[in-house]
Amino acid sequence: MKHFATVALGLAALLVGTGGAHAQLAGEPFIHDPSTITLSDGKYYTFGTGRGGLVSEDGWTWHSGGERPGGGVAPDVVKIGDRYYVAYAVGGGGMNGGHASNVKVMWTKSLDPKSPQFGYHDVGTVASSDGVEDADAIDPAFLYTGGHLWLSYGTYFGFIRIVELDPKTGGRLPGNQPVDVAIDMEATDLLFRDGWYYLFGTHGTCCDGPNSSYNIRVGRSRSPTGPYLDNMGVPLLKGGGKLVIDGRGRVFGPGHFGLIDLGGGTEKFSMHYEADMDRSGRSVLAIQPLLWRDGWPMAGENLKAGTYEIASKRSGNALQLDVDFVRIPFDFRRSFFAKPGEPIVPIPDQTLAQDSAGWPSGRVAVDMGEYMIRPHQQWTITPVADAGGYMGAPYYKILIAGTTRALAATQNDEVEAVPAFTGASAQLWRIDQLTDGSYRISPSVRPSGGGDLALMAIGASTPTLAAFDPTSDKGRWTFKTP
Amino acid sequence: MVSRQRESFRIPLLAAIAAAALCGGGAATAQTTTPDRLAPYFQPVTAGAKTPDADGFLQRWLLLEPIVKPNRSNSGFTGSYVRTALTTKYFPGQMTAAPRDGDTVTVATPLRWHALDAVPFDVKLFNFAQGLGKPTYGVIFQAVTVVNSPRERRNVRLAVGSNAASMWWLNGKEAVTLSGDRRMVMDDVLSPRITLNKGRNVLRGAVINGPGLSDFCVRFVDEDGKPIRDITVNVK
Repeated sequence: MKHFATVALGLAALLVGTGGAHAQLAGEPFIHDPSTITLSDGKYYTFGTGRGGLVSEDGWTWHSGGERPGGGVAPDVVKIGDRYYVAYAVGGGGMNGGHASNVKVMWTKSLDPKSPQFGYHDVGTVASSDGVEDADAIDPAFLYTGGHLWLSYGTYFGFIRIVELDPKTGGRLPGNQPVDVAIDMEATDLLFRDGWYYLFGTHGTCCDGPNSSYNIRVGRSRSPTGPYLDNMGVPLLKGGGKLVIDGRGRVFGPGHFGLIDLGGGTEKFSMHYEADMDRSGRSVLAIQPLLWRDGWPMAGENLKAGTYEIASKRSGNALQLDVDFVRIPFDFRRSFFAKPGEPIVPIPDQTLAQDSAGWPSGRVAVDMGEYMIRPHQQWTITPVADAGGYMGAPYYKILIAGTTRALAATQNDEVEAVPAFTGASAQLWRIDQLTDGSYRISPSVRPSGGGDLALMAIGASTPTLAAFDPTSDKGRWTFKTP
Repeated sequence: MVSRQRESFRIPLLAAIAAAALCGGGAATAQTTTPDRLAPYFQPVTAGAKTPDADGFLQRWLLLEPIVKPNRSNSGFTGSYVRTALTTKYFPGQMTAAPRDGDTVTVATPLRWHALDAVPFDVKLFNFAQGLGKPTYGVIFQAVTVVNSPRERRNVRLAVGSNAASMWWLNGKEAVTLSGDRRMVMDDVLSPRITLNKGRNVLRGAVINGPGLSDFCVRFVDEDGKPIRDITVNVK
């Protein structure tokens, strides 16, 4: 399992994305079969089929970069100690009609070509297929857990197989034999969580743009060598697999899962979409939240632009401007004493003008209260174009609906609403979906400097900026339609 | 293309072995020899009827050598295309005759029926064709088996997974169709409720594939989705 510190938090606000606030990543994230995103020398790297790869300083804006010798298809990367092991396949894949292939491994101490530690050392072939057997040794994927290094590989041509490697050398353990664990999958990946081994793989057809039916599925097992079953108990060796993600909106054919463990209850995953219809239908890198329900992974979503109540999972109270409560004109006797024959008429919502008549014109404190369907409790949340972002998502602005009043971090680590959104880093927010489906809200930078903070409900009605605690509901928020 | 080179070298010998093993009319016996390259996925049919495996999958079939039907991609396997391709009459008696092991039909070239027991739960058509040195891509496979039920069973369903698309008929009536570029998943598509007659039932299938592996798995399930195992299958 790969685990990143949230090192990008401090850097991210300094970066300017080259694209707008797309539903997908900024920059030129063109890739097919991306390897697990790996941090090296302060930058994120992923490699694809062919020699090149992508590099990013924040996980949001990606550019062509990185060097991976050896060519071939669908590499993967894992860091063990001070080595980055890289597995890749040469041959197979049905290209030129053949399925004879070799999975090779090499290592380097840095993925940054400018680093003095950069330089690949060949380990050799760790798995093969002879072109006749029902297997095709391509699409390797590492799992390093409990001191063991596992490698899955294979494609639509026959079985997915697992072998064990020596984590000290990257070579195959002596005497180890491949184990069949699935059929009819491609681009597999493994992860270990709570005593279960999860085998991800891609079903469907690739490489045909918006006609590609690629979709990512998963099974799990108590043993790395299986048997892997899906949620219905169907063995992956009999075609089973629980759906994790399929195409949606303007992107088609997700495939090639890769875990991104950001720590603190935030997990994401990388993949490619076969076709991004806003980018000429090209294959692109994508990153989405990873959720867990009843022991099964599922794809989450970056928050969609919209107007929401921001509700604390601690108290259920709503984030709001700390302003006077304005009553909706109403004779309480109507509720109980109206005669049956009296006409029924709708009562209008409280308007922004009614609610805001007494609001201070300058900065306004922010607190929390019972949600009363009032304008001072409703926030319009929008990705900010060209403001950069962080792993897999753009920065957002959070404004009281219908106004320019923006949620902002203060110099003393509190939150307030400023009169107008200026694009300042203290007004840019990172919104990460957590593995339980709720969200963590963090300022893009800490105005006072220092480590990263999150919006935390330190009381039922009191928010502040403090260190995120993944074991508590204090820092978990949900977005509800008003 | 290593495998192709090997095939060209081995086909005559394999064909001779296959012919010796599978000709002679009626079901082959335990004494017949499975061509090396049909192992480990197929073996000669054994004497007597065969019960389904523990999950109810039917593993004894008459398989016809593949009919050539070029398709560069499986993406064109729409429902209408599949229906047209798989209901086209390629040879006399296609939908009615009960073939026997070793029978031949002619579809451009002579094609032979082979009685085989699948070793795994699925019938690996690609390996069947590859093992016999026949075309593996751009093909239609025909499969027939006889299901013997000790009693009439109503409201059962035929559960099929196939790579790629397929159509299936029970006692001459269409039971289920799987269109699209499918990968094989057990219980992928189930038929409407159908009846297994007491005694002999003829189950017939046709599978079409462009590039890639091809296989199918078939079983009957009851109203609770449980596999039906108190039946036998045979090829005569």
